[in-house]
Amino acid sequence: MPTDVQKKNDPFRKYDLTLMERLYIPAIAKGMAVTLSHFFKKPVTIQYPEQKTDVSHRWRGRHVLKRDEFGRERCVGCKMCELACPADAITIQSAEVPPERRHMHTTERYSETYEIDMLRCIYCGLCEEACPEAAIFLTPFYEFAENSREKLVYNKDMLTEKVGGPIFYKD
Amino acid sequence: MTDIVLFLIVKSAVAVTMFVIVLGIVAYATLGERKIAGYFQDRHGPNRAGPWGILQPIADGTKFFFKEEFIPDRANKWLFVIAPTFTFIAAGSIMAAIPFGDRFFVGDYEVKLQIADINIGILYILAMSSMGVYGAMLGGWASNNKYSLMGGIRASSQTISYEIAMGLAIVALILDHATPSLRQIVLNQSGAIWHWSVFTQPIGFIIFFVASLAECGRVPFDLPEAENELVGGYHTEYSSMKFGLFQFGEYTHMTLAVGLIATLYFGGWNIPFVVPPEHPGIIWGLLTLGVFWAKALFFMFVFMWIRWTIPRFRYDQLMNLGWKSLIPLGIVNILVTAILLVIFQDLGWAGGR
Repeated sequence: MPTDVQKKNDPFRKYDLTLMERLYIPAIAKGMAVTLSHFFKKPVTIQYPEQKTDVSHRWRGRHVLKRDEFGRERCVGCKMCELACPADAITIQSAEVPPERRHMHTTERYSETYEIDMLRCIYCGLCEEACPEAAIFLTPFYEFAENSREKLVYNKDMLTEKVGGPIFYKD
Repeated sequence: MTDIVLFLIVKSAVAVTMFVIVLGIVAYATLGERKIAGYFQDRHGPNRAGPWGILQPIADGTKFFFKEEFIPDRANKWLFVIAPTFTFIAAGSIMAAIPFGDRFFVGDYEVKLQIADINIGILYILAMSSMGVYGAMLGGWASNNKYSLMGGIRASSQTISYEIAMGLAIVALILDHATPSLRQIVLNQSGAIWHWSVFTQPIGFIIFFVASLAECGRVPFDLPEAENELVGGYHTEYSSMKFGLFQFGEYTHMTLAVGLIATLYFGGWNIPFVVPPEHPGIIWGLLTLGVFWAKALFFMFVFMWIRWTIPRFRYDQLMNLGWKSLIPLGIVNILVTAILLVIFQDLGWAGGR
């Protein structure tokens, strides 16, 4: 036989509410006290465009095509990333390096066009892993919004690291 | 002749002022609700339209005007169009009888801060506040949508049930004050803070408060628009400014319901322990107006506080609370009030009443 205290504490009892419980008022007062305590708490919201959270340095966002220490393009147009890409977001046309641009490339083959469709990309980072030349990396930049689909197909100019210029992300 | 012209001018000025004040408060109640909801949930609420979101009601209104005006095929067009207007007019009419402030004198001319000093003000308000449900009912029925119809039926049965409890609470209040005139009830509560009828009628206050929540269709009694059961309730088919008018009507109803709670149970425009002067100037008028709205807005805050605390009732719980708890409680309250009044009068302490 359960004692009175045990009966009162049984969460599954249904039909023997005490008078105080049947009045509802104490329970409502308790609940209102809880909500009021939240009313005076500082909001936890991060006001997004003005405030941003720090993202990890390993965040997989916008791609960048790196240059080596002499300012030459690392990409040799081998299409390994294109092959590795599970979303078919990368399109590369490779070509032989013209003689007047030799000093900008490491080998005689280079990627003539290099397009990434940012809407198709799933930011998995497999291109990064597939790249034998350590040319492509994903950066923590994540604000892509544009008002047309065409603008979100990034070409080689937009992706390649500028010589001496800023890198795409701040840290 | 000039007397009548002066009377008309003053009355219209008072009426327009009160109307503008109420509409302003209603418009900002929508912003207030969202801000308060935000703070209760540890967030900011709308803060993009102007500083502190101050232009949000205007932005909302503008948005409503630009939305598509949709009338469902085979809906009863006339009733469909008139229903939101009905909600708003019925709710707005309550305003006429509420004493928003004391009188003041300009020279020798007495100006009452009340649109119409009706000697049976309480009856008028009871009638008008229950008229508000016609909007929901008509809108729900005219939409030709089963969910809207369910919402309308729920609204009407809920209002009828809680009307009775509200009426019983008011009967006890009238017994206490021996008058159905709202102005006289407020005057009876002037002076010491314990003259407020919440101290003479605590049970009546609880009944009236709960019934007000139900009449306004506020959470936890917002079953007419229970979205998880009824899509959107009686305004499922409404769009554009017609929907806006429904919302506006509901907030008007709430604003005036909290005003009524302040008037009937919390001394209306009375400042505790301050006796109204014999020949007050305009400063006193504005002060009493401010005090009235301070009390009313506090109760509006309580309404919103309740909304963000208590979950919605189930329909049978709603009916049980109305018919099995509030109505018997109201009857007992009337009996006890009547008996105590007789005893006190025999003892000769009917007091200031």
